[in-house]
Amino acid sequence: MQFGIFTVSDITQDPTTGHTPSEAERIRATLTIATHAEEVGLDVFALGEHHNPPFWSSSPTTTLAYIAGQTSTLQLSTATTLITTNDPVKLAEDYAMLQHVSGGRVDLMLGRGNTGPVYPWFGKDIRQGLPIGIESYELLHRLWREDVVDWEGRFRTPLQGFTATPRPLDGVPPFVWHGSIRTPEIAEQAASYGDGFFANHIFWPASHTQRMIALYRQRYEHHGHGTAAQAIVGLGGQVFMRRNSQDAVRDFRPYFDNAPVYGHGPSLEEFTQQTPLTVGSPQEVIDKTLGFRDYVGDYQRQLWLMDHAGLPLKTVLEQLDLLGEEVVPVLRKEFAKNRPADVPDAPTHASLVTAKYGDAAPRQATPNANRGDNLTVGSPYQDAGAATATTSGAAFGPAATRKAVVR
Amino acid sequence: MTRRIVVISSGLSTPSSTRQLADRLAADAAGILTERGVDVEVRTFELRDLAHDITNHLLMGFAPPKLEEALDAVSKADGLIAVTPIFTTSYAGLFKSFVDVIDPQALTDLPVLIGATGGTPRHSLAIDYAIRPLFTYLHAIPVTTGVYAATSDWGDGGDGVRSLPDRIFRGAKEFADLVERTDRSELVNDPFALDRPTGHLIGGLAGE
Repeated sequence: MQFGIFTVSDITQDPTTGHTPSEAERIRATLTIATHAEEVGLDVFALGEHHNPPFWSSSPTTTLAYIAGQTSTLQLSTATTLITTNDPVKLAEDYAMLQHVSGGRVDLMLGRGNTGPVYPWFGKDIRQGLPIGIESYELLHRLWREDVVDWEGRFRTPLQGFTATPRPLDGVPPFVWHGSIRTPEIAEQAASYGDGFFANHIFWPASHTQRMIALYRQRYEHHGHGTAAQAIVGLGGQVFMRRNSQDAVRDFRPYFDNAPVYGHGPSLEEFTQQTPLTVGSPQEVIDKTLGFRDYVGDYQRQLWLMDHAGLPLKTVLEQLDLLGEEVVPVLRKEFAKNRPADVPDAPTHASLVTAKYGDAAPRQATPNANRGDNLTVGSPYQDAGAATATTSGAAFGPAATRKAVVR
Repeated sequence: MTRRIVVISSGLSTPSSTRQLADRLAADAAGILTERGVDVEVRTFELRDLAHDITNHLLMGFAPPKLEEALDAVSKADGLIAVTPIFTTSYAGLFKSFVDVIDPQALTDLPVLIGATGGTPRHSLAIDYAIRPLFTYLHAIPVTTGVYAATSDWGDGGDGVRSLPDRIFRGAKEFADLVERTDRSELVNDPFALDRPTGHLIGGLAGE
């Protein structure tokens, strides 16, 4: 099982000091947080995407590439990548590139975003958010799997004879998680492709997350990717720890009360009762997190939001120390108990390469000299024919009704 | 088959004349249906009890358990009796806030009986210019009679030709006629329900 942290890249005033970090300060702090995550033994760092202040993360692959250069084992992910307003062609290129520079330590979590005006800023209609996301992912999925793509859809310029470069590292696309809080269609989408499903669990009641995951698991099995218990599930979480609970509650309350999302709403007590937020001792965090398995089953990835709401860097690093020293080692041991042998771990680049090639050497895409005949020879790469069109995997959207492509 | 009637009362005081009107509307509607041999179940929610939850829902996007129970009951009802005081020429803010957290599809085809209370009969048209459009926008079916009770209606200063009990009965009868015919509460409207094809959610699904 993987454990890690995610950040939404908010720049928020520290309510206890009145200090608001500059963009530069907060960006440097986040880079420190990411490298510290690896130092304390966490597995994953996931970065959000926003295109408006007070957030800074408009260019996640730039940031993640730098972090990749500063770390050696940390899995880099997103939380989330906007599949609606980003061009799927650029996503295919950027994240394949990130795979190459990080040595395969990358996966993505796709989402539709929560900021309405981003749609019009990027020339999209928010009322079409779901169909755009479905169509864009279908294209992204093909661009990573087919060397040459002919494509026509409703929301993007058509492509004829297009090759997304570089080809994915070792011919294996990054693993994709689909993140959603409340949209059953996204659970269906994740299940139909056999992709992972991530429930960002933190602002909503457990009972709701339980139903979303149950739906995803059932549909994963229906689409033939494995049993329901083998579906790839990730959960969000949020914690704040001190050695004893009273100190944790006292220290976190001002941040909670003024936090951008839940501040000035329910009380800390109501919120910790109704959602997975845990404010207390490391042992309480362990107990609460272990409880997640009771309602979603054995799962693959646990991410926590640790640097939200204006918490200063020093505090965040202390929190990571507690996670790494006291919480995660126990969780690793406890989650491993009674975990059925056929429940897989979260896919990594290494596991995907093995699944695809076994002991054989993975594909190394080597282009031909450009003769402008991509469309007629089938592939611009020297191993033409090695990367033929895969079955698209989609049971809906354009792929469901498309006639076989003759190339 | 039991018909489920949900009553929403958004009076702010206790006891409240809004609640009193709501209870009378519900009693007449239930009485008419029972006379016709239809089983009726009435559930009443005081929005005052849910006021904090409603605000938290507006801020957070999810319903605390008590409010969720009310929202579930409304979306699965065969009929809704909605009663609000008239404040400053329109429905109470609490009433509108509750309507704002109802899923926009949850009231489709739902028979609604509108009631309102106020200090003077001069605001009675608020039912027709403010509350009725709210429900027609949501594709609910408000019956033509809305019942407005001014303070004077509770004594001898009310309408001497069409008394409050007459108006309550008339509205309740129109409402009961629709509730009797609907099978709304039998329809599955849960997008998370397991064991049913979900591909239709996405459109263009092949083979399901």
